[in-house]
Amino acid sequence: MDGTHAGTDAGTHAEASGGARDGTGRRLADLHAMWRIRALEEKIRELRVADGGNGDVVGSVHLCIGQEAGPVGACSELEPGDALFATYRGHGWALARGVPAESMIAELAGRESGVNGGRGGSAYFTAPEHGFHGENSIVGAGLPIAVGAALAGRFDGSGRVAMTVCGDGALNQGASHEALNMAAAFRLPVVFVCENNYWSELTPIDEMVGEPELWRRAAGYGMAGERVDGNDPAAVRAAVRAAVQRARSGEGPTLLELMTQRLVGHYIGDVEQYRRPGELDRAREEEPIARLGRSLAAEGVPAADIEDARTRAQAEIERAAEAALAAPPADPRTAKDHVYA
Amino acid sequence: MPELTTTREAGEAPVAETRRLKYGEAVNAALARVLAEVPQTLLYGEDVGKPGGVFGVTRGLRRKFGDRVFDTPISEAAILGSAVGAALMGARPIVEIMWADFSLVALDQLVNQAANARYVSRGAAPAPIVVRTQQGNAPGACAQHSQSLEALFLHVPGLRLVMPRTAQDAHDAVVSAVHADDPVVIVENRTLYFGDKTEVELGGAARPMGWSHLRRPGRDVTVVSWGAVTGQALAAAESLAAGGVEAEVLELTWLNPLDMDAVLASVARTRRLAVVHEANVTGGFGGEIVARVAEAGIALDAAPVRIGAPDVRIPAAPVLARSLLPDAGGIAARLSEMVR
Repeated sequence: MDGTHAGTDAGTHAEASGGARDGTGRRLADLHAMWRIRALEEKIRELRVADGGNGDVVGSVHLCIGQEAGPVGACSELEPGDALFATYRGHGWALARGVPAESMIAELAGRESGVNGGRGGSAYFTAPEHGFHGENSIVGAGLPIAVGAALAGRFDGSGRVAMTVCGDGALNQGASHEALNMAAAFRLPVVFVCENNYWSELTPIDEMVGEPELWRRAAGYGMAGERVDGNDPAAVRAAVRAAVQRARSGEGPTLLELMTQRLVGHYIGDVEQYRRPGELDRAREEEPIARLGRSLAAEGVPAADIEDARTRAQAEIERAAEAALAAPPADPRTAKDHVYA
Repeated sequence: MPELTTTREAGEAPVAETRRLKYGEAVNAALARVLAEVPQTLLYGEDVGKPGGVFGVTRGLRRKFGDRVFDTPISEAAILGSAVGAALMGARPIVEIMWADFSLVALDQLVNQAANARYVSRGAAPAPIVVRTQQGNAPGACAQHSQSLEALFLHVPGLRLVMPRTAQDAHDAVVSAVHADDPVVIVENRTLYFGDKTEVELGGAARPMGWSHLRRPGRDVTVVSWGAVTGQALAAAESLAAGGVEAEVLELTWLNPLDMDAVLASVARTRRLAVVHEANVTGGFGGEIVARVAEAGIALDAAPVRIGAPDVRIPAAPVLARSLLPDAGGIAARLSEMVR
């Protein structure tokens, strides 16, 4: 397994993660895909704070603004039959996996047409028809569930790879340890993706661990591990490709630590008093959309093409929101349905 | 959700066979049957595979069914969580939590995950897992190996729960649970593993969940019970019969789905209700039975009674534990007070 521990430093770039560098077309597509997530999240924030917080979208909503490169880079490496599990900060993963934006906004707004008819909400989007098997508001709970999805694949002949996404704090939960160990012990085809955005809810991860390089834990379990520039979709893609390949060829699980940051609070309404001076300014410099835009411009990609990635995404999300909010609310007469088979 | 396939043709009658088996052997026979009949089943847990289980319940199954029967790390969250994940993909995992007490280590996967998946996905992603565990007091067991936790599971919408007492019910519970599309917790009983052999009919059709048994008819008082302690309730009823008091004993094999119709019908006849369980009384499921009878508005000739363990931890010394748990003598005394 030596040699798979590629990245070592926070903020290592694509080169350190296998020399990934996609072509201009791919990179423009990534930019557009990231803009779709950004636009969706901005729209959700707008709806959540509308009418003094008593509008169509209420309750706890956790945005992934600033973390768009992870889902965009990773989901392009998954096959339709693979199983993806996320946490409550999973809107971006759901969208990147193919869940329609309209059904997600409708879900948040409690509409019958929502992806789960209003039962799941922001933290529990579930769309198995898209290979998206659920967010989870219990951090760390998705890791053992992904282990089971991979395990089932060993018997059903699907060749399925399971990917589970969690935050840095979730790796400190007992269930995470159990899942990492069991996946390694059974050499299961699981890709464990940890989005390290530095903040475990409102507390910095480095105050809560003895070893802040979380990817190093992989060696202790006997699996491959890598720290990846999580703000570079190409770097994420390269690392996920290697991990998926490893999984499909029977070489077992991988732990990927995507270094990223969220530009927003833990939840909408978080006053973020915990932020450190200058931190957000630096984060805005490094955030994936701005960075890729700059990089494309420097290569001579026309400004109109770069702009188009944004405007197309925003227009799509506007249309989706309009359609979602025009739909009827979920029917209270069905509120007791689906508790049992 | 994916359809459950079986090796039998639709409508084909299962082969019936009767054998004399102990309780644990009946579970083993049922597991062998579903492993053979339902290709999606997986059987795993701590020491379940090669060792055949700490109580020998899964003995021989790995030899017979190979890799579909396997051992896991000592990791209850991974066992239950992976069962949820496997079930989401269409498998029918049957996992063992060695002692019910150990389920507390991983309750998230039962309560927040398995029980939740169907509802929040509007039926798109159900998690029909089968969790086998065992509970109850046995001589010398300590506080962390003696608890009766059914009320805790029963508070959670989305979970089914069965507590078989006889070898036949233990067999049937496994078969029904595997064929159910809900997460089912089977709470077996450790002392029953070591009981006598009884006639068990194997191979019958999967019974719909929710059955109960009227174990003893009687006109004076209804005794509702479940699990191993039903044996004590029956013994109490026998002893009372000598003095002319006829207690009716209704055994609830399933607590969810609950055969409340049978309870109400019996109480309407006898106009007296006692609930007997091994779990401690406060917050116990006995309170739920009493409340439902009260809500049904059945006029009673005596105040209803809950008989269970007092609200203490269960001590290790057998002499101490025995003094706390319901026994036939204590139950009989309470019943005769009621009908006086």
